[in-house]
Amino acid sequence: MLEIEIDGKQVTVEDGSTIMDAATKIGAFVPHFCYHKKLSIAASCRMCLVQVEKAPKPLPACATPVTNGMKVWTRSEQAVKAQKGVMEFLLINHPLDCPICDQGGECQLQDLAVGYGGSQSRYEEEKRVVFNKNLGPLVSTDMTRCINCTRCVRFTTEIAGQMELGQAFRGEHAEIMPFVEKTVDSELSGNIIDLCPVGALTSKPFRFSARTWELARRRSVSPHDSLGSNLIVQVKHDVVKRVLPFENEDINECWLSDKDRFSYEGLNSEDRLTVPMLKQDGVWKETDWQTALEFAANGLRKTAKQNGPDSIGALASPHATIEELYLLQKFTRAIGSDSVDFRLRQSDFRADGFREGAPWLGMPISEVASLNRLFVIGSFLRKDSPLLAQRVRQAAKRGLHVSAINASAEEWLLPVKNRVLTAPSAIVPVLLQVVAALAAEKGVNAAEHLGAAIPATVSDEARAIAQSLASGRKVAVWVGNLAVQSEYASEIQQLAEEIARLTGGVFGVIGEAANSVGGYLAKAVPLVGGLNARQMLEQPRKAYLLLNAEPDLDFANPALAQTVLGAAPLVIALSAFKSPSLLAAADVLLPIAPFTETSGTFVNCEGRAQNFNAVARPLGDTRPGWKVLRVLGNLLEFEGFDQNDSEAVAAEALAEGSRPDLGNRLYGLEFKFAGQTAAGFERVSDVSIYAADPLVRRATSLQKTRDAKAPVACASTATLAAIGVASGARVRLKQGQGAAEVLIVADDSVAANCVRVAAANAATAALGAMCGEISVERV
Amino acid sequence: MSGSGLILAGVDGDRTWGLQDYVARGGYSALRKIISEKIPPETIIAELKASSLRGRGGAGFPTGLKWSFMPRSFPGAKYLACNSDEGEPGTFKDRDILRYNPHTVIEGMTIAAYAMGCERGYNYIHGEIFDVYERFEAALAEARAAGLLGQSILGSDFSFELFAHHGYGAYICGEETALLESIEGKKGQPRFKPPFPASYGLYGKPTTINNTETFASVPFIINMGGEAFLNLGKPNNGGTKLFSVSGHVNRPGNYEIAMGTPFAELLEMAGGMRGGRKLKAVIPGGSSAPVLPGNVMMDCTMDYDSISKAGSMLGSGAVIVMDETTCMVKALERLSYFYFEESCGQCTPCREGTGWLYRVVHRIENGLGRKEDLDLLNSVTGNIMGRTICALGDAASMPVQSFIKHFGSEFEYHIENKKCLVPPEVQYEGSQIYVRP
Ligand SMILES: Cc1cc2nc3c(=O)[nH]c(=O)nc-3n(C[C@H](O)[C@H](O)[C@H](O)COP(=O)(O)O)c2cc1C
Ligand code: SF4
Ligand code: SF4
Ligand code: FES
Repeated sequence: MLEIEIDGKQVTVEDGSTIMDAATKIGAFVPHFCYHKKLSIAASCRMCLVQVEKAPKPLPACATPVTNGMKVWTRSEQAVKAQKGVMEFLLINHPLDCPICDQGGECQLQDLAVGYGGSQSRYEEEKRVVFNKNLGPLVSTDMTRCINCTRCVRFTTEIAGQMELGQAFRGEHAEIMPFVEKTVDSELSGNIIDLCPVGALTSKPFRFSARTWELARRRSVSPHDSLGSNLIVQVKHDVVKRVLPFENEDINECWLSDKDRFSYEGLNSEDRLTVPMLKQDGVWKETDWQTALEFAANGLRKTAKQNGPDSIGALASPHATIEELYLLQKFTRAIGSDSVDFRLRQSDFRADGFREGAPWLGMPISEVASLNRLFVIGSFLRKDSPLLAQRVRQAAKRGLHVSAINASAEEWLLPVKNRVLTAPSAIVPVLLQVVAALAAEKGVNAAEHLGAAIPATVSDEARAIAQSLASGRKVAVWVGNLAVQSEYASEIQQLAEEIARLTGGVFGVIGEAANSVGGYLAKAVPLVGGLNARQMLEQPRKAYLLLNAEPDLDFANPALAQTVLGAAPLVIALSAFKSPSLLAAADVLLPIAPFTETSGTFVNCEGRAQNFNAVARPLGDTRPGWKVLRVLGNLLEFEGFDQNDSEAVAAEALAEGSRPDLGNRLYGLEFKFAGQTAAGFERVSDVSIYAADPLVRRATSLQKTRDAKAPVACASTATLAAIGVASGARVRLKQGQGAAEVLIVADDSVAANCVRVAAANAATAALGAMCGEISVERV
Repeated sequence: MSGSGLILAGVDGDRTWGLQDYVARGGYSALRKIISEKIPPETIIAELKASSLRGRGGAGFPTGLKWSFMPRSFPGAKYLACNSDEGEPGTFKDRDILRYNPHTVIEGMTIAAYAMGCERGYNYIHGEIFDVYERFEAALAEARAAGLLGQSILGSDFSFELFAHHGYGAYICGEETALLESIEGKKGQPRFKPPFPASYGLYGKPTTINNTETFASVPFIINMGGEAFLNLGKPNNGGTKLFSVSGHVNRPGNYEIAMGTPFAELLEMAGGMRGGRKLKAVIPGGSSAPVLPGNVMMDCTMDYDSISKAGSMLGSGAVIVMDETTCMVKALERLSYFYFEESCGQCTPCREGTGWLYRVVHRIENGLGRKEDLDLLNSVTGNIMGRTICALGDAASMPVQSFIKHFGSEFEYHIENKKCLVPPEVQYEGSQIYVRP
């Protein structure tokens, strides 16, 4: 520990601290631009110069290490003179046209210039002009305003993992730019807007649409991935204008993924369902709530009476709130059916009934920093969980060794020490080898229930992973979306659990969506013999309740979902949007509020329940989903549907004792791995980052990014040769009855004998299950 | 060219750069002695301290002291870098050392590597002198073939790999940490210090950087002993030094003289003033050093202390001589343009300030000066100096301050009369360069 005196105040700081750290600790503000607590130190803007005892010249607080007994003055004459000198330099080439700058009112340069700038410029030479750059559909540039603090450069390099921006040229000609002809394509790119202290980088979708002081700032929680990023939603006249991060060190730190940040554009899409609609004789008509709800209630009552309550099933999106999920299952169960599920993209439910509790990450998100070994099974980590991947990236810099097995070796922009690339059906055999190698390494036996399945021989790849994990101090084994959505999900989870046990580590499930944990806690799963999401489609019901899900895009088997729901006599859809597939399948559409227009709760992957309030009034006749479900309960005269507010629903849903606990272990499930059966090619599906839920699919700017390009099929060079097509050829993919025509390209990050083709896309919605056999024909 | 002194002694133009000639001049005897006598590294560093050798790259930092900062016991890689970037206007000594006596640099670096326990070294050679780079490569090949470089040097268990690295002609890459960044393949931009290269240098490992001439002096110090080397010069200013004399003299070129030699003698060696004209001003240490009036300079001896007492710096030893036909405003305009173009652009005061300085001086030179400009220039330089990451900010400011200090009246004349005090035809006569009337 070091003693330092700043502006006459004594403070003790840790070894290695800078003057800036110490100043922050005592709450002394040192003006700064290039410094940012999460980025490396550039020490280049020189705004933070302070006076240090015995130093002949002022020193940058952000970069100067504290020495014991140091005396610092942040506001002395010498310090302020230096700071003002720097401010003058920053302003000489700055346009100073704040009234027409989009950053006006929230600009650090503007703010500090008030305190440190002169009232008149001494600079009478020509000012510099810098041409703007095209950074893509999300970030707008006004490069003449750039003060070359390089925060954006350091962000792309250090946090996003790829140097997508750089400072080119020298001296006054220095310019921030992307690589020639390139844009900034990172899934975290929006953060450079927050980081830019001036108006050089601003939000393209938000640009010039409002001034910061016209906006109400309200807190919320992101409804997308399983992290549950904390948001500040900025609203003007009940329209969401912008979304910014709310700093939460335990969850999103000060960052947001682009999905969290820009999906709000979907809120006011033309697809918004704003009035209840009824289909009569095949024709959709707008109606009032009363009529629509009575239609729904009567339909359900009649179906239950005629076909028994079991003929009714409820399917909900994992992006729905706890309140919605809880009341949906309560309502379904009140009808007398146990067929309710929110795991729409999963296909293996054999672990149901054997679970310890709700599958979760197994650890707090913030503990990623202290891991030193991580094994990620079947995950598109970077795109599925951008900020979790970011944490892993930072941990990897501090010595975390990452191993991974997946059917696709997509670039994670972080060092992966051991990577096994294999078909989905071969993941289990490799994991068995890892278990075998680990057991040998540790000199213990693998768990009894695995018994005969443990192989005698182990591949070098599997051994390398086992050795890496065996040498760990703090180990985690994570199961990702591909694994959870695979046909072998239960075996994979059994083996992940065993690997974690053998290494003394934790076994965690990353989770697909904002309420992947919450859905279990809300009991939106069959508990007493009801049908799961897959069975409800394979054994068609007479009536379905559909909560915020689109038949063609939100299901493991979209072809089946469309057919079955289309044929069902009654489909009641609660949705914020209309879509062709909903219009085709549903009989009544009840407009429910997206997350910004309702209060609700999401339980994130670490099991943290985060509730939020509405930030805007519901659009049109839209109503919060939980209220709609409550009224349906009332209409059918069920008990227990008299909650006054969403808090009451959440309290009931999450009441200690009645909700399940978190827990990943599988008790008493037999290990039955049938082995590889796929004869032809295997399908590998990712849900591409901007296709996962109805809201983000309608976010127009995100839909213009590279990540949202029309899906192509990818296969390794060897697989293409085996198929007999060239890269770039047009092919017909076939799964059962379904077929889709797409381009196929060579991509050696895809496992052999596999064809990777994105799910959750209209172009592939005619295909069958996300995993399993697929055939490819040239067209 | 047949030089005198130490480094250039016995060197005869392009004919004698090779290993054979170097050995004939006594080359590699210092290295042989160290290896065969197993001289302890501490002894070598002590000898350097005794020699009072100061870095020849510009800052004049005591070399022995710098070497003692290297953590000898540090496990893992340690690096050595030779700074042959030599981009400072007026400086052209290192390229001659590399061209005519490359082995003395190789030997000096090898001894340095031995003393500091470095296993790898790089010589960063200025981008615009490709022939010198090739010459150095050829010398490296000779040394390797003779067992003087590489694995198990002279059969001992000491190994040192040395490589030539080609720069791209950016002045800033001569700044030692920018040079390291450049070797690492990044954009050449200085790093903030601390940490210093001795603890966090090339690829984050302990590294020592010295100038070409500094390394070239090392074999002589080992051979003659630190004290004898010191005695060639004067106290605190040991040895001989190369001076690159340019400007209005009859015989511009490199002259190696003992430290402490009167400037008048150096001027005479360089053939005296061209056309017998009057000495007006001298920049004694490369373009970043403050200019001194001719009469002040005539009283100076060529060593760190004397020049510093007179208000300038010995710097890299580039002596730019200007006679009475020189327009000081034009001279400063040229210098300011250089720094404006060469700032790396990283830190605010230098990035923004060098352009401001240049534009104001340019305006004055072009008859658009204003009364308040000189105060403005002084104030702007004051806001740059001491507030930047590297010394380029200071280097850009010092010429401005010193030109105004010593030749302020010429600037004032310019501002008032919108033309040069020295008539264009006189300027033309002195430099044979067209001057706009
Ligand atoms: C802008 C700038 C340019 C420099 N250029 C050179 C150069 O070309 N050659 C050189 O030896 N040192 C140069 N230096 C000095 C080096 O940073 C460093 O001090 C020197 O190489 C150390 O070697 P020495 O101790 O042997 O002098 C430069 C410094 C600055 C600030
Ligand atoms: S664009 Fe913004 S963040 Fe990037 S260097 Fe310029 S001022 Fe800094
Ligand atoms: S002083 Fe100039 S050259 Fe040096 S780091 Fe700063 S901007 Fe670059
Ligand atoms: S904040 Fe310290 S130099 Fe920029």
